[in-house]
Amino acid sequence: MQYSSPTKNGYFGKFGGKFVPEILIPALEELELAYEAILKDSSFQEEFLDLLREYVGRPTPLTLAERLTDHYGKAKIYLKREDLCHTGAHKINNTVGQVLLARRMGKKRIIAETGAGQHGVATATVCAKFGMECVVYMGAEDTERQKLNVDRMRLLGAEVRPVTSGSQTLKDATNEAIRDWVTNVDDTFYIIGSVVGPHPYPMMVRDFHRIIGDETRKQLMEKEGKLPDYVIACVGGGSNAMGIFYPFIDDDTVRLIGVEAAGYGVESGQTAATFAKGKPGVLHGSLSYLLQTTQGQIALAHSVSAGLDYPGVGPEHAHLHDIKRVQYVPVTDEEALRGVKLTSSMEGIIPALETAHAMAFLDTLMPTTSSGEIVVINCSGRGDKDMATISKFI
Amino acid sequence: MPSERIHTVFKNSKDKSVMAMFITAGYPEPVVTADLVLALEESGADIIELGMPFSDPLADGPTIQYSSEVAIEKGTDLDMIFSMVREIRQSSQIPIVLMGYINPILHYGVDEFFSKAAESGVDGFILPDVPVEETGLVEEHCTKYDMSLIHLVAPNTTDSRMKLIDSKSNGFVYCVSVTGVTGARDGDQVAQSVDKFIGRVKANITKNPVLVGFGIRTHTDAMRVSSGLSGFVVGSALIDTIRKNYPNSDWLDQVKLFVKTIKYGSQN
Repeated sequence: MQYSSPTKNGYFGKFGGKFVPEILIPALEELELAYEAILKDSSFQEEFLDLLREYVGRPTPLTLAERLTDHYGKAKIYLKREDLCHTGAHKINNTVGQVLLARRMGKKRIIAETGAGQHGVATATVCAKFGMECVVYMGAEDTERQKLNVDRMRLLGAEVRPVTSGSQTLKDATNEAIRDWVTNVDDTFYIIGSVVGPHPYPMMVRDFHRIIGDETRKQLMEKEGKLPDYVIACVGGGSNAMGIFYPFIDDDTVRLIGVEAAGYGVESGQTAATFAKGKPGVLHGSLSYLLQTTQGQIALAHSVSAGLDYPGVGPEHAHLHDIKRVQYVPVTDEEALRGVKLTSSMEGIIPALETAHAMAFLDTLMPTTSSGEIVVINCSGRGDKDMATISKFI
Repeated sequence: MPSERIHTVFKNSKDKSVMAMFITAGYPEPVVTADLVLALEESGADIIELGMPFSDPLADGPTIQYSSEVAIEKGTDLDMIFSMVREIRQSSQIPIVLMGYINPILHYGVDEFFSKAAESGVDGFILPDVPVEETGLVEEHCTKYDMSLIHLVAPNTTDSRMKLIDSKSNGFVYCVSVTGVTGARDGDQVAQSVDKFIGRVKANITKNPVLVGFGIRTHTDAMRVSSGLSGFVVGSALIDTIRKNYPNSDWLDQVKLFVKTIKYGSQN
């Protein structure tokens, strides 16, 4: 059966939807219409692909990780090199797509939320390129933890607004971006950074990132003449994972594995493992799995990786979890830090802490594989931004 | 009949503006909520909107974010809110509308939530993150217990959507005066915004009474923006007044004075 989601109303199975204040409904309807129009508009698709090629640097390589492969002595390991995208992570695929859409819709002002700062930087970058006003909301605590990215955004011409409400992290930055959007709905386009939020965002962000999976498929067919047996990606909101998984969903032989951040451990109370510990609920416009208190308040997430430090997950992941098409597994902070060291020392690639969660899962997965099989890991970002954190552990 | 209490208020109001007052349940302390509601009623409130605090109130400005945080810190949860309503019901028949985000309700269990709400004497609900597209989750429960589901319209809501919202609402329709989050604002700004779309509101919302809210902080604001509608809602300005005076010994008197002044104008 062909996988087809979401429905017209934005549902992936029972997840998704549009749980937003009435004020945003006209904006979402306008966005849906504009998005439908560009899907059929070859000039948009050409402009998008041209920018991905000439500005982002696509296609990104699919690198054979030879020493890692030898290290485990089982399946062959390939890395999809999103860390080589302009700005250092996959995030820019989506911001290029959304900023082009915003321009077509005649919006002059761009807002975004950011946690680690990667999406903020990717947004500020495309706004600089197109000369658009850009405001990025970032939790006050994150502006301290990720000062380098704050400086990058400011250099790129964006205004970074530290958010002091709530827990002062990504979820609060998202609340504040939505409040801005509610207030300035007429002229403002909200570039959401992951496959979260109200319909049509989860679908649209996925579509802008599916090029990761499309390229992987083509490159692997050229190199190996077959599809991968395993595709692994880290999952916070889940954009890099949706991007690489989506083109393989109908290929039953390809096992898809999403790695979520367990923080200090799934049972530690300080975790971001949404599938391991969450329950269905509504946050930031859609119904999905959420970390919550016993009273249904949103719980604080914890992960060493700021990009995975989010109490929710995209609704399509929730659906793929429930239909058992994707297996979601937890990896702790400590395991992820080992993943950073392993990948750096064996492949000469310093992965982002987010990506390192996926790398760390190799320890568990590889012994169960056999030679002749192929594992692809989405190397979603590079680790330079995390050096302050990583250096405490080396 | 729970929703009957709401209908009666509008029926009896004749030409007078109906005044709804919003407070966050559990703010400033869970033990004072019932007394506070009774004081609001005594001072002229016709309907009470009782906010169910949520950790991530994305349609609310700083005032209600603050009152929600305090209420959650003090342990306010849905069971506690049902007890407050039961306590109020021992001495008052004022319509009580629970207002809040959907997640705590989903977590509690939708069926149980509505059954307990009905049992404790709640009359209706305003769920700002549940637009008409998503009411499937709650609609049948409201119908089952004859409680009102109140939807919102905003300045950018289209005519056809206003008609749809009117048909899906029961009790009244909440008209959001400005595009933005909750919070006290400059009166002129609110009035100018309302002027631009009040004609469409009156033309398209014909089944239900309309209360206008967001940004109202004085009697003059209230009279100006609700003229031609059924009444108005005050929230953030009331909470600011509580915040300013609590826990002084005369805090409740100050609150009552504020409410009377909003309703009747200055009391000289």
